[in-house]
Amino acid sequence: MNWSKYSAPLAFYPLAGKMIPWFSIVAALAIAVGLYIGLLVAPTDFQQGEAYRIIFVHVPAAWMSMFLYVVMAVWAAVGLGLNARLSFMMTQAIAPTGAMFTFLALLTGAMWGKPTWGAWWVWDARLTSELILLFQYAGVMLLRTSIDDQRRADRASGVCALVGVVNIPIIYFSVQWWNTLHQGASVSMTAAPKMATIMLTGMLLMTFGFWMYSLAVILSRVRCVILERESLQVWSKPAAAAEVAEVR
Amino acid sequence: MYWGSVSEFLEMGGYGLYVWTSFIITALCMVWEILALWRRRTAAIAESRGITRSIG
Repeated sequence: MNWSKYSAPLAFYPLAGKMIPWFSIVAALAIAVGLYIGLLVAPTDFQQGEAYRIIFVHVPAAWMSMFLYVVMAVWAAVGLGLNARLSFMMTQAIAPTGAMFTFLALLTGAMWGKPTWGAWWVWDARLTSELILLFQYAGVMLLRTSIDDQRRADRASGVCALVGVVNIPIIYFSVQWWNTLHQGASVSMTAAPKMATIMLTGMLLMTFGFWMYSLAVILSRVRCVILERESLQVWSKPAAAAEVAEVR
Repeated sequence: MYWGSVSEFLEMGGYGLYVWTSFIITALCMVWEILALWRRRTAAIAESRGITRSIG
């Protein structure tokens, strides 16, 4: 199979279309089982009471907010390095979903903070750097819409996404580098998880579900972007009209 | 099953407001994103049809 042919947006369009239903089904199943475990099966936390159940959406949203930013930055780097149009389209398609998960991580964090810490918000390093991440997503999106020339918009927002990736390790390690009110990592790659297996299972299932959901919506959005951009190209390249009509 | 009754489940040990707000807003955001994408797709297809038709 020649994968490089899928770097052409109009060749990728039908492939993405075939993948979306599968990611959607897996996402729905994982989230359903994750919610069942998180809300109905998992026991209470002896310190935090039932408020701890917020972590079943908070942690997956927060992980996705950082993970999607890194993926977006990688596509931006590929786009800038290889001048590949599909890569910039992926960058454009990831930003709104990443911003949504960042917003949700902040919001559900506030919902957890109020009953647990007694404050909706504190300016600690973890919360502040996550808020900056939301502004970064907004910056990447606004920069794109503020430049009319498509190629310049791609490159400018790509550079913006790429430079901003320095904030990701800052968010991740903030709980170690600074004395934060936000607790340290409950799950890390170097140590055994500091939580009960059933809670961890629910959280990992929700994370997997959010990941699959992200793939489905990002592929749907990149299809919209391809259609919008390639349709406009048809003005200058009438021969492409048949190609666009075929995938549509 | 951890809960004894439905009302116990909804109360979430007194944290119901915080827990349910978190889950419901997350769900609403995801549903909204899917609907917005569906509308965008419909618009993009209509726009693209118009352009290709006017070119011939």
